[in-house]
Amino acid sequence: MSAVKKGLVTFAAAVPEEGLKAALARPRSEVIAEVTASKLRGRGGAGFPTGVKWNLAAAATAPAKWVVCNADEGEPGTFKDRVILTEAPDLVLEGMTIAAWAIGAARGILYLRGEYAYLRDSLEKVLARRREKGLLGTGILGSPLSFDVEIRMGSGAYVCGEETALIESLEGHRGEPRNRPPFPVDCGYRSEPTIVNNVETFACAAMVLAKGAEWFRGIGTEVSTGPKLFSVSGDCREPGVWEFPLGITIAGLLAAVGGEGAKAVQVGGASGRCVPAAEFGRTLAFEGVPTGGSIIVFGPRRDMLHVAENFLEFFVDESCGQCTPCREGNAKLLEGVRMLREGRCSWAYLQELQKLGEVMQLASKCGLGQSSPNAFLSIVEHFRPEIMGRTAGGNA
Amino acid sequence: MLVTERLRLHDDIGAWVAKHGATRAALIPVLQEIQRSYNEISEYAMQEVADRLDIHPVEVYSVVSFYSFLEAKARGRFVIRLCRTVSCDMTGKDRVARQLENDLGIRFGETTRDGNFSLEWANCLGMCDQGPALLINDQVFTSVTPETVHDLIQACRKSFGPLAVQGQKGRTH
Repeated sequence: MSAVKKGLVTFAAAVPEEGLKAALARPRSEVIAEVTASKLRGRGGAGFPTGVKWNLAAAATAPAKWVVCNADEGEPGTFKDRVILTEAPDLVLEGMTIAAWAIGAARGILYLRGEYAYLRDSLEKVLARRREKGLLGTGILGSPLSFDVEIRMGSGAYVCGEETALIESLEGHRGEPRNRPPFPVDCGYRSEPTIVNNVETFACAAMVLAKGAEWFRGIGTEVSTGPKLFSVSGDCREPGVWEFPLGITIAGLLAAVGGEGAKAVQVGGASGRCVPAAEFGRTLAFEGVPTGGSIIVFGPRRDMLHVAENFLEFFVDESCGQCTPCREGNAKLLEGVRMLREGRCSWAYLQELQKLGEVMQLASKCGLGQSSPNAFLSIVEHFRPEIMGRTAGGNA
Repeated sequence: MLVTERLRLHDDIGAWVAKHGATRAALIPVLQEIQRSYNEISEYAMQEVADRLDIHPVEVYSVVSFYSFLEAKARGRFVIRLCRTVSCDMTGKDRVARQLENDLGIRFGETTRDGNFSLEWANCLGMCDQGPALLINDQVFTSVTPETVHDLIQACRKSFGPLAVQGQKGRTH
């Protein structure tokens, strides 16, 4: 069972095509029912129930539907998808093929971030091999399913990890998120029903079909089921990809990776939250601290204001510029962090910055803008003594 | 731009549009091909793509200006992108950055006068457990230190190894 282990444990133990064979032997509705019963939730970070998404796309009536794999892994501190695509690419494609069967799609796209262009050749080879073995193409494994996958490259835009921005990018536009609704399951790529799932979600779906919803629900908590891959970096002895059941405490994770004595942990990357040592008893789960798997450990000597500045520089750079709260708000927050660093920020102005952060959470159009002030707000909340009243020279 | 070069661009874009399809969805794949082979997407190239896909050239420019891997101004044969995000920052990206600037004689955002190197920042390369990380064109290098910067640059200059293939596709300056 899924113990605390380094690397891909569950995925590495998968029997090739076991899930696909099981899926093709059953009607579409039962496949979706199995995924729904597993309570699998999106592994990219947002945690949307996968079964619900598939069901909506399956219910949509359209001449063509699309299965899109979101391999635009841009969240700072996240690299598990790169490792999955390197070590278990077949499982991801198996999951996509199962999804195609479930929703009635004939074509799939793997959207690979531009920074991972060096993975493309090996992935093309995997696709070619699957076509040769009859796992992609017409009449897969003797079933009525016809499905093929093409790889499309990103071009260095973090926002394209947002599903509607990703679709805009696929259609040849700037990666600016769309208004939702309509959701991609009704009106996605080429205005046709589209499911966009994370790399790890597809791999999990393949495991669910292979081993059953019961097995999957046996790992993790009531609400957050299954094993989860965590990308661990920062001040710890053993950084890398780790697998833990969802629901592990932050302290438990730190003990496993050799990060005891940490001052804070950034959970969920730049768009996630900074958790101080006092709260290390909290769990990593959708009902606890939610995460797409990015864990950045900060040792006792790290300057948290410097961390906040780094994240805000990131968002100023990566905001698509479409909506005002995100475009202007991040620039103002960054300016505020620099004032704090120089010791020029009054208590009243810091309050204003916090209010601005809340406005951004409420008023931004997409997940990027809504989550961009999270790191700043949690650092201000938990590390106020450290960041206020700095003297010239900048350091605490 | 030389007439011969315009002709080559014209033919190349024609071939890429034929390969990816004359649809709007082909825009980014075609621009990626131009970027890879020419190290820049010139105004002439944007106009040519716009004509082929039957869209306004401003539409093409808006896409080129949006994506950080597409660039309207000429970049070097080797584009070095150093990750500036927090995990690489914690492992010492500032010192690597300084050494890159010293050894190349340029600042971030600039290209060397011989057209061989461009230096840029990147946001998270997904190598957070092995930082500091940088990309040289499509290749990733991890655990880079100030001392190894020189070796990487020399390898590019001599066009050794897999980089030779990447580099020689680029435009000669």
